[in-house]
Amino acid sequence: MTKFLLETMANFAITGFFADLIVVLVYFVLLLLFIIINVMLVVWVERRVCAFYQERLGPNRVGPFGILQSVVDAVKLISKEIIYPKNVDKWVYFLAPIICFISALLLYTVLPFGKGLVLVKLNVGLLFFVAFSSTTTISILMAGWGSNNKYSLLGGMRTVAQMISYEIPLLLSMFGVIMLAGSLNLQDIVNAQEHRWFINLQPLAFIIFIIASIAELNRAPFDLPEAEQELVAGYHTEYSGMQFAFFYLAEYANLFSLSILCTTIFLGGYLGPFFPSWIWFTVKVYGVILLYMWIRWTLPRIRMDKMMKLNWKFLIPLSLLNIVGTGVAIKAWPYIQQLVR
Amino acid sequence: MIIIFYLFSFLLLAFALGTVLSKNLVHSALLMIGSFFAVAGLYILLQAEFLAMVQILVYVGAIAVLVVFGVMLTRKGSVKDSNLPNRYKKVGALSAVIFFALLVRSIINTSFPAPSSPVVGANTIIQIAQTLLTQYAVAFEALGVLLLVAIIGAIIIGKETK
Repeated sequence: MTKFLLETMANFAITGFFADLIVVLVYFVLLLLFIIINVMLVVWVERRVCAFYQERLGPNRVGPFGILQSVVDAVKLISKEIIYPKNVDKWVYFLAPIICFISALLLYTVLPFGKGLVLVKLNVGLLFFVAFSSTTTISILMAGWGSNNKYSLLGGMRTVAQMISYEIPLLLSMFGVIMLAGSLNLQDIVNAQEHRWFINLQPLAFIIFIIASIAELNRAPFDLPEAEQELVAGYHTEYSGMQFAFFYLAEYANLFSLSILCTTIFLGGYLGPFFPSWIWFTVKVYGVILLYMWIRWTLPRIRMDKMMKLNWKFLIPLSLLNIVGTGVAIKAWPYIQQLVR
Repeated sequence: MIIIFYLFSFLLLAFALGTVLSKNLVHSALLMIGSFFAVAGLYILLQAEFLAMVQILVYVGAIAVLVVFGVMLTRKGSVKDSNLPNRYKKVGALSAVIFFALLVRSIINTSFPAPSSPVVGANTIIQIAQTLLTQYAVAFEALGVLLLVAIIGAIIIGKETK
């Protein structure tokens, strides 16, 4: 595709730096469309699944099965006024949702969507993902502080405490996979799973990853940062219109990207027999998303101190043990094979 | 390439100046995060992707968040309230000048040798890992022990007394 674009532009005498720039822009727009369409779909799926678990109907008026509900909601949010409450920290308040959305978008640049379908083939792909997903924390802090509202501040503080703590087991659970694949490049990690998915070799890491990623996404049972009954809506209490939509979109974009990461490092990514790679990819990713939704609408909210205890006294020691076990197993495996023969 | 270098350098200097000159502590901390990103951009220009990612992960994702967190918990936005000036202006200026002179001297005296073998496109992570765990293994392990001591110390200080 890059080649085709470059050749077309060469016909119009556009070459060099500007041609590269245009290629990047085209990819960016395509990526943006892909994310927004999928996020709208995921929001609709979430509302339908939630309704199913609660024995309601859910949105079913706009389009077949209400599938266009998210589109209508987006139009509504765009047309609403953006309100700046009194005494907000203007620049911080204004920039927070934008930074939140951008850091959610950046994650998609390294994720492989299918065989050869990856925007940037980065050697440190997994590290890039982890690094930029940690910048979301800052935008949430900015939103909580900039709103000049006690509920927002409390929500922001809770989010940050939670996200910083649960980032550790999330990272540690990936180490086993990195050790097995011997690479940080996400495509190499997928290709290393050709014969056996890493969920078979790292079942413990997979469970830790799922728990920690739910906490990272601020979804129930770890939805303390935006607990409606206690904090109104947490860090985005004061936001309205398109700014609120940015937070909402970023939340589901993060859900989607973490599901992709989960598929990529544990479930064999886009690999699978008979069908083209992107079909396998879609099926697996939506499977993981449904798993997240199942957990969210089944379990009640956990208490703050229990949440911290679960992380520091259970998940982190367990994931450290998993790393040690993986290291020993990798070194010992050849000898065991010889013994068996 | 050179345009991008100047862009990042300009951003870095602008963010750093903003950090120092801002009257609001939280704004200072947030601008500091911007300067970390600019440094990461410079690392990428030097083809040190691993270093750039670690810069963002450690400095932006952990250290900067903790700084902002701490500042926000004090709930004192303005520098005037939270960071009172003292009378040691001359001593402060002198130590700043001495530190700056030392930095300049060491920068001038370093030769910055270019790598003899081309590293372009090479997998730098493997090279970093190999140097860390063979050539600098002792220092690496010592650092690990030091961090462990720091963690245990933090836990003992933070422990609830019964």
